Amino acid sequence: MIHIKRLQEDGADVVALVGEIDASSSIDLDLAIAKSVGDGFTKILIDCSSLEYISSAGLGVFMSYIEEFREKSIQMVLFGMNEKVANTFQILGLNELLKIAVDKVGAKQMLA
Amino acid sequence: MIYKQKVGCKLENLKPLRDFIRESLAHHGVHELHISEIVLALDEMCSNLMIHAHHCNPLDLFELRITVEPGKPVVFEIIDDGTVFDITKFEGPEIDSLVHDKRKGGLGIRLVKSIMDKIEYTQRDGSNVCRLEKQVRKATA
Repeated sequence: MIHIKRLQEDGADVVALVGEIDASSSIDLDLAIAKSVGDGFTKILIDCSSLEYISSAGLGVFMSYIEEFREKSIQMVLFGMNEKVANTFQILGLNELLKIAVDKVGAKQMLA
Repeated sequence: MIYKQKVGCKLENLKPLRDFIRESLAHHGVHELHISEIVLALDEMCSNLMIHAHHCNPLDLFELRITVEPGKPVVFEIIDDGTVFDITKFEGPEIDSLVHDKRKGGLGIRLVKSIMDKIEYTQRDGSNVCRLEKQVRKATA
């Protein structure tokens, strides 16, 4: 079960993920990112500080946007992951492909 | 010690299943990071089974059995009557090609293979058994 909250800060769309993302809820993450893109945001921050779990279904959603974001010059930075969630990204080397910051301040600095 | 849990093929059942795995392993003092990796791999295996072999029919049941014995790798068995979805026959696609193709699936197979030490499929009493092994560390070790 995942709750997704969106708020806008300094021209960036901050998407906060609260709870767990698995095969039953990854669609909600997908829809939230699609909505942000649809609303015209080019800076998207994903707040993972209340994300307790992410399965490969959730990782797949982030992966599926990498190429599209490159083409459209959309920047996405994830921040605030706990150790276990961070480890999940590392197992597959996704920490190399996605921009990940420790906290929101760091995430904003990564937005050029 | 053997822990057993029967589950209906409904994606909403993945969360209680993850809790069952965490609780079973926590009884044996397994290191937290190990537990979270194992949960990830089994979540992947079980969601694959629900989706691909049972088309998420909540009336179809399978069983997850966890066997913990001192000094031995932990054994996880997924026992099921449906169609076999044998991930050992699939090569996980390269990450680069997934990015290029904008695909959402395909990561799980790589994940399971990198987390588990051994994956094998057998038949037992007319059921399909997917057996996974993982050598774990104790939190205090």
